[in-house]
Amino acid sequence: MSLVSLNNIAASYGKKPVLQGVNLDVRRGEILTIVGPNGSGKSTLLRLVIGAFAPSKGELTRAPDLRIGYVPQKLQADPSLPITVRRFLNLPRRVGPAATKAALVEAGVANLADTQISNLSGGQFQRVLLARALINRPNLLVLDEATQGLDQPGSAAFYRKIQEVRDNLGCAILMVSHELHVVMAASDRVICLNGHICCEGAPEQVASAPEYRALFGSGTGGALALYRHDHNHSHEDCDHDHDHPHSHKAAE
Amino acid sequence: MSFLDDFMVRAALAGLGLVLATAPLGCFVVWRRMAYFGDATAHAAVLGVALSLGFSISLFLGTLVTALAMGVLVSSLSGRTFAMDTALGVLAHAALAAGLVGVALIDGIRVDVMAYLFGDILSVSRLDVGLIWLGAAVVAALLIWRWQALLTVTLSPDLAHAAGLDPRREQMILTLALALAVAVAIKVVGALLIGALLIIPAAAARSFSGTPERMALAAGVIGSVSVLAGLAASYHWDTPAGPSIVCAATALFILALLGRGVRI
Repeated sequence: MSLVSLNNIAASYGKKPVLQGVNLDVRRGEILTIVGPNGSGKSTLLRLVIGAFAPSKGELTRAPDLRIGYVPQKLQADPSLPITVRRFLNLPRRVGPAATKAALVEAGVANLADTQISNLSGGQFQRVLLARALINRPNLLVLDEATQGLDQPGSAAFYRKIQEVRDNLGCAILMVSHELHVVMAASDRVICLNGHICCEGAPEQVASAPEYRALFGSGTGGALALYRHDHNHSHEDCDHDHDHPHSHKAAE
Repeated sequence: MSFLDDFMVRAALAGLGLVLATAPLGCFVVWRRMAYFGDATAHAAVLGVALSLGFSISLFLGTLVTALAMGVLVSSLSGRTFAMDTALGVLAHAALAAGLVGVALIDGIRVDVMAYLFGDILSVSRLDVGLIWLGAAVVAALLIWRWQALLTVTLSPDLAHAAGLDPRREQMILTLALALAVAVAIKVVGALLIGALLIIPAAAARSFSGTPERMALAAGVIGSVSVLAGLAASYHWDTPAGPSIVCAATALFILALLGRGVRI
């Protein structure tokens, strides 16, 4: 059974429709990425899944054993609120020192337990948010543009960490990102969203779909080429050689 | 003859009771940048005074209801057409002005408006002291009950949503707590200085606190010292009590700034 299942879902803010006719299953253990232009409803889709927003139409079913860990887009840490990483991880439920330590180790920031969150760098803060999301042993980790504000090596490292977490914990991962090339390299399945689902499938299928190219242009084709080089996969559709010359420019 | 017969003892007890509510509440006012919100609620209480006198209802009830109405109104108005501070500015000053006009219009009652703007802690009765402690205990209990949820909502409404909390509900709890604190405080420090008692001890506590809990406790200690020092100053130099308390709190705030860097 899927963790979350959306059946013909529509959502709107006031009278403005944001999503319509969305059918989506989040399967156990998969890394599912949502891409789409600004205003395409990506964040709304995540908010539906975590239960922060109610659909105006359609049916949303959650598996009875669903445990969601959520990594928000950004968190404004107001410097007037003193709080250590350790204390932050124990909100809103106190989980105790052992679980806190384990989550920090899993996210690779065990040394930051006593740091004030207002003193964390962008990358450290994302790791701490990841640790917080992992604390109740989720089987679905939801990330909303989790690497906003990180530089490219920083976000690449973060997504490698996400893959590692999935491999260790076996949780499914649902994420939204602007960084198509990095995200696609890490995904099992990609959904291209623009008010409705334009296309979906394995990363290389989506990247070559006309709907995707219509939204993102051919520039990102190069980014995917970078992905192919990096991973040295063999593909049936090898007749894309002509893409490669631009691709290196596009990737830089 | 009990020690409650001494007006200074009653004043001290009233002030300390108020601090029990304002210390943790003031922390949230600082963290959530609600300083102006607190002022607006307090100003609305002056309108509540006018209404209580006009309709002969209890002062406590009148100020509580108007402060609460103001909180709800501001919460629902903000973020639509006007920025929060504009909505607050209109409502707070309108309520204060309408309250002052209303008090002046009421026939046959001689009212010292200054008592409601600046408070008159030296004239609190035994009943007042009891009411203040009761109100403060309710505020403190509300905040302790919702402490973890309120902290989560303050840090990130998104995280709160994901944890199954409703940020609007938690905001309402704070609004309610604020209205209660204002209703019990108006007699002690008055409508114009309630904001000071909320914010100054919390701000002073910030510089040497490492966790939210320590900041709330430190604000309580600073607030209590301010009350006692302010009353002592008022007694010795015959200065107005409410403003003296706020001056004492400000002096502690300056000391805390000078000693910054020391964490507890």
